[in-house]
Amino acid sequence: MQAFTRHTGLVAPLDRPNVDTDAIIPKQFLKSIKRSGFGPNLFDEWRYLDVGQPGQDCATRPRNPDFVLNQPRYAGASVLLARENFGCGSSREHAVWALDDYGFRAVIAPSFADIFFNNCGKNGVLPIRLDAGVVDRLFAAVATQQGYALTIDLPAQTVTTPAGEVFGFDIDPFRKHCLVGGLDDIGLTLQHADDIRAYEARRREEAPWLFG
Amino acid sequence: MSAKTLYDKLWDAHVVRTEADGTALLYIDRHLVHEVTSPQAFEGLQLAGRPLWRRDAIVAMADHNTPTDPGFTEIADPVSRTQVETLDANARTFSLEYYRIGDARRGIVHVVGPEQGATLPGMTVVCGDSHTSTHGAFGALAFGIGTSEVEHVMATQCLVQKKSKAMLVRVDGEVGPGVTAKDIVLAIIGRIGTAGGTGYAIEFGGSAIRALSMEGRMTVCNMAIEAGARAGMIAVDDTTIEYLRGRAHAPRPEHWEQAVAWWRTLHSDVDATFDALVEIRAESIEPQVTWGTSPEMVVPISGQVPDPAVEADPVRRSGMEKALAYMGLTARLPVTAIALDRIFIGSCTNARIEDLRAAAAVVRGRKVAASVKQALVVPGSGLVKAQAEAEGLDRVFTAAGFEWREPGCSMCLAMNADRLGPGEHCASTSNRNFEGRQGAGGRTHLVSPAMAAAAAIAGHFVDVRGF
Ligand code: SF4
Repeated sequence: MQAFTRHTGLVAPLDRPNVDTDAIIPKQFLKSIKRSGFGPNLFDEWRYLDVGQPGQDCATRPRNPDFVLNQPRYAGASVLLARENFGCGSSREHAVWALDDYGFRAVIAPSFADIFFNNCGKNGVLPIRLDAGVVDRLFAAVATQQGYALTIDLPAQTVTTPAGEVFGFDIDPFRKHCLVGGLDDIGLTLQHADDIRAYEARRREEAPWLFG
Repeated sequence: MSAKTLYDKLWDAHVVRTEADGTALLYIDRHLVHEVTSPQAFEGLQLAGRPLWRRDAIVAMADHNTPTDPGFTEIADPVSRTQVETLDANARTFSLEYYRIGDARRGIVHVVGPEQGATLPGMTVVCGDSHTSTHGAFGALAFGIGTSEVEHVMATQCLVQKKSKAMLVRVDGEVGPGVTAKDIVLAIIGRIGTAGGTGYAIEFGGSAIRALSMEGRMTVCNMAIEAGARAGMIAVDDTTIEYLRGRAHAPRPEHWEQAVAWWRTLHSDVDATFDALVEIRAESIEPQVTWGTSPEMVVPISGQVPDPAVEADPVRRSGMEKALAYMGLTARLPVTAIALDRIFIGSCTNARIEDLRAAAAVVRGRKVAASVKQALVVPGSGLVKAQAEAEGLDRVFTAAGFEWREPGCSMCLAMNADRLGPGEHCASTSNRNFEGRQGAGGRTHLVSPAMAAAAAIAGHFVDVRGF
């Protein structure tokens, strides 16, 4: 997993609440058995005017000029600014793989759906919760300022605006540890293999029917 | 010891170790696997050279991509076929319990798991699928996970988790005739919103929940995730225990009494406290219909499409306007004026035998309206299909003009060939009305099986209570 420490990136605003993972990556692209290559189909139904199919060359597809990611001023954005309950719905990790593949390193929103939030952390994409009032102000600032970029410092848990205003955010210590180090949490869990075996032995006594 | 909630009891029974920051390593008893969210996990496991920790915890089947055409033998779409063949190969490599295409028990993983007794009270159940919350109906802690977590469970039989807060949703009283588990859960989501349960594990309780069959309880817990809660759960009682007796994976006779004794403790203590409480009177619940593109955009059948102009919050107002534009509806339209192009009776929410019985009871002796292009019934599993056929329900549906299909997810998410065309309105018994969910440009209205059946006959929504 790619480590996340400090990142400064152009902000793209996606101004709608309850963006679900079906919208982030539509179902026809979930047929892939790979983990990569989802970026061109990120927000496919909003981004293109035709219906996308897996394996298509997206470069030649008609784009929806109104969709935020198609506006030249947001080309190369790596921080997505979103509204409440971002990533709700399906558990598909493909949604995070698509954001990552597109080039987003962080998503800022007032709230996230739980499964999506977890999936982000497993892929080096940082989900940042900020107060709805702060998010409102960021939306207003992005709209008025071309090239609006934010600096995210994970070790310090801060988001800094171009004007130097600093907002702190919360993150679980364990998630932070994994993200900052780019660590594989399976490897970490396997360091406790003896504890898992001890639990299983105890459980097998208490509830033998759970073991076949 | 202080009083515990059901969630506390399930959590405590599965903690392998707790870190200083409160993160726990949680042991997973049952892992359900399907073809869409598992290939990258199996690949990751093999690339890292790690063995599967516990083969016998897994039950696997393909459901999302599988065709539903009667008697199909092969998958025409090569990409879908590759995904199913990848699961076939992984099931062979890892010697998994696998219900392949052609197996009479195969179906939607959330219908088949409980049917086989693979979901038991007191278990932790996970699957790379958000509707894993369904299994909480058995007094289990069941929640959906992403593919990285699927791999984590395969490699370690555990997940790193932080405990959620606990919410109690109490539905007391008695629902009126024609009001089902689906209406109860849609009414709950309408009340608390699609993010209302975020960060919580929801326990559903109260006399109206206790009165539900296991099928109905699964419908309610299935949609906990639509209220934002990863897990929904219902306490164990006689209904739970009777449902499990004799199922393939139920405890063997020598363990049955011991298991039941523990199961009977799986309820919240009377003086347990919750972080949030929501109370709804069952009598106040009417049959529900969603009008928008989020399950919280729901109104009773006697209601109208709401008017964004009266919404004070600007973000919500603009969300409502976008939803109305997508759905092709106007504010204040009576729900009964919404005409339907297609009808879908199926999905892990509502494709169990009881659902098909309820729909068939409405359809019997009637015809699907000529204006409806297609009406599908897709049983949740091979066993549900066989049971329905034994009861003659298939003939009730086909005589009315419905298509009777093979089990699978089908038009719930339209990964196979069953889907809506752009602009088409569908009365669907599934769980998500998101934009494009049932086909690009498709317009989904979530309803109960009886309401979907009545809409098929009328060609537009009608109140099934007077139908
Ligand atoms: S029926 Fe629908 S909701 Fe259920 S598992 Fe299949 S796709 Fe998901």
